[in-house]
Amino acid sequence: MVVLTDLLHVILLVTMPPLLLGVINKTKAWFAGRTGPALLQPYYDLARLLGKGMVLSDTTSWVFRAGPVVSLAAVLLAGMLVPLGRFGAPLQFTGDVVLFAYLFGVARFFTASAALDTGSSLEGMGAARDVTLACFSEPAIFLGFLALVKLSGSLSLTPMLLGPGALGAAHLPFAALMLVAAGLFIVLLAENCRIPVDDPATHLELTMIHEVTVLDHSGPLLAVILYAAAMKLMVISALVLHVVMPVATGWLVLDWLIFVAGMNARQVISWTLVVAAGVGVVESVMARLQMRHLPTLLLGACLLCGFGFLLVLR
Amino acid sequence: MGSLFDALLIGVILLNLFALGTSRIRALIHAAAAQGVVLGILSQMVHEHVAVRTLLVAGATILLKGMLLPKMLLKALRDAQIKREVEPLIGFMPSILLGAVGTAAAIALADRLPLAPGQAHTLIVPAAFSTLFTGFILLTTRIKAITQVIGYLLLENGVFVFGLLLFEAMPLLVELGVLLDLFVAVFVASIILHHINREFDSLDTRRLSALKE
Repeated sequence: MVVLTDLLHVILLVTMPPLLLGVINKTKAWFAGRTGPALLQPYYDLARLLGKGMVLSDTTSWVFRAGPVVSLAAVLLAGMLVPLGRFGAPLQFTGDVVLFAYLFGVARFFTASAALDTGSSLEGMGAARDVTLACFSEPAIFLGFLALVKLSGSLSLTPMLLGPGALGAAHLPFAALMLVAAGLFIVLLAENCRIPVDDPATHLELTMIHEVTVLDHSGPLLAVILYAAAMKLMVISALVLHVVMPVATGWLVLDWLIFVAGMNARQVISWTLVVAAGVGVVESVMARLQMRHLPTLLLGACLLCGFGFLLVLR
Repeated sequence: MGSLFDALLIGVILLNLFALGTSRIRALIHAAAAQGVVLGILSQMVHEHVAVRTLLVAGATILLKGMLLPKMLLKALRDAQIKREVEPLIGFMPSILLGAVGTAAAIALADRLPLAPGQAHTLIVPAAFSTLFTGFILLTTRIKAITQVIGYLLLENGVFVFGLLLFEAMPLLVELGVLLDLFVAVFVASIILHHINREFDSLDTRRLSALKE
C-alpha cells in the first residue's frame, strides 16, 4: 500500500511537470485568441534539447555544470517531502518544513554560483536579482508555514498540509487559510519567475531575472534547468493547493487500493492543472511589474501570510 | 456572524494596505469605494433578519460611500488633471509596513478590550482600528489635498466599522445623519479642492503656506 502510493508519487512528480508548462501556455494562447503550442510541447522541447550538444565556455569550471544538476536534485528531494493528494509524502519527519524551504535555497545558491562562474556581468546581475527577490519570498513562505504549524500542531509537511482538512469544515479558519494561500500564490509566481515578477518569454536583458542567469547553459544542461523549473512549479503548486482546499478525507477505502490510488492521481493532476491555468490567467491579464515595485509585491505576500498567522493565533 | 463576515472584514483590512501602497490616486479612490460597498454589505449582515430599516442603511451606505463620493472625487481628480501622488512624506513601502504594524497592534489591542462576549472574537474591532489608523497615515503623510480627503474618508469608514458593534442600539436617524455629514464634508472638500487647484495650479498642500500677493 505505502510502497504503491510512494511509487505513484514519484511517477507523478517525475512525469507531470512539463505538462503544467503546457497548460500555462495553452491558457495564455486561449486568452490571446491563438491556438498556441501543443499541450505536450514542453516534452518535445526537452527531448530536443537533450539530443543536442553542449557549448562550454573555457572560463567555466565544474560549478557551471553542477548548478543545474544540483538544483534538479534539490527540487526533486523537496518534491518528495510534499504530499500530492491525500496520501502522505514518501519522506516525512519532524522539521522537514525547514528542509523543504532551504532545499530551494540550495537550488538557488547553485544556480547563482553557476551564473557567476561564467564571469559574465550580465549573468551576475541576473543572479543578484534572483537572490534579492528570494530574500523577500522566504519570510513569506515561513510565515505561511508558521500559520499551518500552529493550525495542525505539527512540524512535518504531511500532517501540516493534510491535518487542517481533518478538522472538519466547521472548525477551519477559512479567512486565515485564504490569506496564507494568497500569499503563497504570490510566492509561487515569484519563485517560478512567472509574469508579474519575471517574464519567462522575454529575452530582453534589462528586465529579466531567471532567463539571464541561465543564458550560457545549452543543450542537455538547459533541458535539466527547464525541467527543474517545471518541477519546482509543480511542487509549489501542490503546496498552495493543499492550503486552498484542505482535503477532507472521508472515503479512504483501503481495500480498493488501486482504485483509490488512481483517483488520487487523477485528483492531483486535475487540480494542479487548475493552478497552472490560474498562473496562465494571471500572466494573461497582468503586465510585468517594474523591478523596483517587486519588493512591494513580495512584502504584500509576507503581510498576507503574516496576517494569516495572526488570525490563527487568535 | 460566520466566517464570511470575518472574510469581508479581512477584505476591509487588505484594502487598507492596498490604499497605503498604491501611488495612483484613481486606484486609491477605487479602493475607498470598494471599502464603502463592503461596509454596506457588512451593515446588513450584522442583523439576523432583513428589515426595511437595515436595508435602507445598507443601501444608503453603498450608494453614498461606494458610488456618490468616489464619483465626486474622481471628478475633482479629472478637473485637477493629476494622476498620482508623487512624493509622500514617507515612502510607500514604509507606509505599508506602518499600516501592517498598526493592524497587528489593533489585533493585539482588541484582545485586551473588555468587549461583550458575543463580539470578542469577531474582527470588527481590529478592522475598525486598522482603518482608522490607515486614515490617519493618509491624512498626515500625503501631500496632495485630494489624497488627504480620501484619508478622511477612510477615517470615517473606520468609525463606521466600529459602529457595527452598536448597530442594534443605534437609531436610523443617527446613522443617516452621519452619512449626510460625510457627504457634506466631501462635497465641501471637493469645492475647496477646486479652488486650491485654480489658485495654486497644484494640489500640493505645502504650497498653501507660501505667501501670495
